[in-house]
Amino acid sequence: MADEQQKKPEQKPAPTPAGEQKAAPPKPPARPVPPKPEPLDNELIRRLRARFSEAIGEATLDRKQAIVVVQPSRFLDVCDYLRTEEKFDFLTDLTAVDWYGREKRFDLILNLYSFSHNQRLRLKVPLGEDTHCPSVTGLWGTANWLERECFDMFGIVFDGHPDLRRILLPDGWKGHPLRKDYDILQQDVAWVKENLGIESGQ
Amino acid sequence: MTTLLEILDQPLVLALIRVLIVFTALSLIVAYLVYAERKILAHIQVRLGPMRVGPHGLLQPIADGLKLLLKEDIIPEGADRAVFWLAPAITVLASFTAFSLIPFADNFYVTDVNVGLLFVIAISSLGVLGIILGGWASNSHYPLLGALRSTAQLVSYEVALSFALISAILLAGTLSMNGIVKAQLQQGVWFAFMQPVAFFILFVAAIAETNRNPFDLPEAESELVAGFHTEYSGFRFSLFFLAEYAAMVLVSSIAVTLFLGGWLRPFPNVEWLGFLRFAPVVVFGAAGTWCFLRFFRFPTGREWFWQRLMLFALGAGAAAAALGLLYPPVLVASQGAFWFLAKVFLFLYAFIWFRGTFPRYRFDQLMRLGWHFMIPLAIVNVIFCGVGLVLSWELGWNRSLSLLLASGATLLVAAWLARERS
Amino acid sequence: MGQTPSVSTTILGADEVILNMGPQHPSTHGVLRVKLKLDGEKVISSECIIGYLHRGVEKIGETRTYAQFAPYVDRTDYVAAVSNGLGYCEAVEKLLGAEAPPRARWVRTILTELQRIASHLLWLGTHALDIGAMTPVFYCFREREEILKIFEKYCGARLTTHAFRIGGLLYETYDGFEEDVKKFCHDFLSRVDEYEELLTENRIWIQRTRGVGILTADDAIAMGASGPVLRGSGVKWDIRRAFPYAAYDQFEFDIPVGENGDTYDRYLVRMQEMRQSHRIVLQAIDSIPSGPIAARIGKVLKPPPGEVYHSIEAPKGELGYYIVSDGSTQPYRLRIRPPSFVNLQVLDQMIRGLLIADVVAVIGTLDIVLGEVDR
Repeated sequence: MADEQQKKPEQKPAPTPAGEQKAAPPKPPARPVPPKPEPLDNELIRRLRARFSEAIGEATLDRKQAIVVVQPSRFLDVCDYLRTEEKFDFLTDLTAVDWYGREKRFDLILNLYSFSHNQRLRLKVPLGEDTHCPSVTGLWGTANWLERECFDMFGIVFDGHPDLRRILLPDGWKGHPLRKDYDILQQDVAWVKENLGIESGQ
Repeated sequence: MTTLLEILDQPLVLALIRVLIVFTALSLIVAYLVYAERKILAHIQVRLGPMRVGPHGLLQPIADGLKLLLKEDIIPEGADRAVFWLAPAITVLASFTAFSLIPFADNFYVTDVNVGLLFVIAISSLGVLGIILGGWASNSHYPLLGALRSTAQLVSYEVALSFALISAILLAGTLSMNGIVKAQLQQGVWFAFMQPVAFFILFVAAIAETNRNPFDLPEAESELVAGFHTEYSGFRFSLFFLAEYAAMVLVSSIAVTLFLGGWLRPFPNVEWLGFLRFAPVVVFGAAGTWCFLRFFRFPTGREWFWQRLMLFALGAGAAAAALGLLYPPVLVASQGAFWFLAKVFLFLYAFIWFRGTFPRYRFDQLMRLGWHFMIPLAIVNVIFCGVGLVLSWELGWNRSLSLLLASGATLLVAAWLARERS
Repeated sequence: MGQTPSVSTTILGADEVILNMGPQHPSTHGVLRVKLKLDGEKVISSECIIGYLHRGVEKIGETRTYAQFAPYVDRTDYVAAVSNGLGYCEAVEKLLGAEAPPRARWVRTILTELQRIASHLLWLGTHALDIGAMTPVFYCFREREEILKIFEKYCGARLTTHAFRIGGLLYETYDGFEEDVKKFCHDFLSRVDEYEELLTENRIWIQRTRGVGILTADDAIAMGASGPVLRGSGVKWDIRRAFPYAAYDQFEFDIPVGENGDTYDRYLVRMQEMRQSHRIVLQAIDSIPSGPIAARIGKVLKPPPGEVYHSIEAPKGELGYYIVSDGSTQPYRLRIRPPSFVNLQVLDQMIRGLLIADVVAVIGTLDIVLGEVDR
């Protein structure tokens, strides 16, 4: 019976939910809970604090991943130090989170990786809506497009970026779609009308 | 009756009839060459190719032709209309005119002039003019780049090609196309064996001349979209297409005439191989048998009726042809054309085979191959060939031996060139 | 380094031509548009214009529940949907603190490796086609078809499979799954030999790829390149080894690396990767543990507030998911770290001074998928 159903898994009601199928062994507790984020205090963080004292904010370990908050004032110095001294030579990702309603609205997120230590480190830079952020393109070439994307989606301005333009959306577009106050149905109707000649793209 | 014969006897009328036959046959050959290419490529690439129109897609070329004729004919804005119109016409004209000099059989050619080869080369080089004009007149980047590539390619490889032809002329002592074939009959050996290096150069240069893979840069799809004919559509596009495949047949014909004994059967002077003259009968018989076999294994049913009928008709036609060929005068008359076409198809098959096998050269590599390898090799080959001939004339050396020595020396040069220049 | 030149503001010299390659072009692999500034056929500079396929996947993620969003990730890199699904499901599992049971991890590994082979086959076919060899693409599709058939039998879909669920699997393997995979594996190596016979020693292929689009190891790291592009430059780094996920810590496999960082090396690396994937699949298929195929995580997924970054070695490179949870049923922020997007950034640097024909070869060797670049 069960076999027959599994041969046509695309039929909606056919496959039995997996949990019930081999129900024999006793189950672990129904809802696993991840470890709570805890303060992080290791060698690296201590070195960072010693060097940049007040610029290094809270350091946490969330789901076994290291997160350090860095103030934008000395952000570039911290990055330079991390890249050259601590060998975080690979910028995996650069993005942002919009905490709409918070005083400092954005968190700029940098995901660093070090080949020599096989270690990841996440930097968080709280930014106000009008705060400009220094660009890290001089340190990691990767940042070029990633910062453009951040600018495109969040409207975060990076000072010192060689070519800060929109990248995914067309140049004349108004608005930054990944901001929380930008509705999912919202679009630049004027742009759509002018360039596509249709009333709405929806 | 006599008047009719008299009219037919007029050289002009005779020529006209021959032109008509050659033109029709050529158009058909080109159409079915496209079909053959699609089928052979498909089988190389583990697929079937055209299967829908007619049995095994045999009517596909006709359907394609109709489709191309009925398609909308677009002239891009900003194109030079007159030149845009003229370009494909020039290309087609050039590649078809050159066929008037090709001897398809002992006594079947439109005309045979004493500077035949020169004329063929001159006319066939004109074809590229159409490509250049077409690329330029399109007023678009990709065609322009394609046209420029084509020009540079032609200039580079035409030289090597011409030098390769010269060594055949040296052996034959005549420029007349039929004369060259007859020279091969007299000397009892195809020139490809006397001058293998020249034959090889001609072969490679011919592929480059006809813009075929691995030298298909002027129309490299993945780089230049469609190259010089990007902006062409409908009838004009089909003219370019026609010219391209006609050019393939043309260079194959030249190579066959000059190096593979043209309309001669293999070993024309060996008596005991005379049974080879029955080859056409065997070929047509086999084709007919295959058609009948397919006919019996074909799915029955109303929707297959026409396809089955066509297969049957084809089988019957082939069988009738085979039977007809058994009649001695017909057999004798068919010999030249049969062997000529068979050799040409061998060449064309190689063209298609290469297309299914090789990646494409880059432009600078193509140029380097042309200027650094092919042209020096061709020149050296002509010189050594001349030396070999002089040795045999003046010192009475065995002709074949001295030519073979010359070829060996050329090969040494080729090895050196390959090491130094690549 | 890596600065995108602004072509539009430059005053053109007499001999310079601007050529728009794409978004409709046979070999830009989708809707990539590359604006080339040419001197004859030589590339002076280039600019990638992307976004033609932008669908706002990350924004959509914020308005769907965790389970609802899973099918969307299949549509980013649509030629490696299984890998995307694996990355996403594992990221959410990490966020939940759950772990898929062994059997699920084994099956995930097998399907993901098959997907890697399928993706590489597609890359090989189109790459060879770009360089003018038209036959390999048909051979590659022949093998890819076998893999897609296995996917279809397993979950009903061939391309955008949605094969995995958060917490494990939805479907048990079908009867004959092992046999199908083994049958595929049995033939596969000889098929790879066949492709290599056509290309690896081919003089034209070598001339077209060796020394073309060189990316040094330092540049590759600085530009964030990952996957075969990074390994082709000689950096021996593979997330399957660096941060093992699924069941990769259980199997033996080598990480092939190149030496010169040119197109030919990246070709060799990917060919070797197919063989290594084949090796992993063979090891895994013989040792699938029995047991449940899904962890108990409940019907409504409400991860505790927090964030997680999880990345896998997708066929194209490092595919990462950065998910921020605010404790509700929907992600607060969902970021996809697309390997194609980041790898595409090195294009300009790699093609300067080369010819148009090389541009096509380099685009091919980067193995980008525009659905993932634009998201």
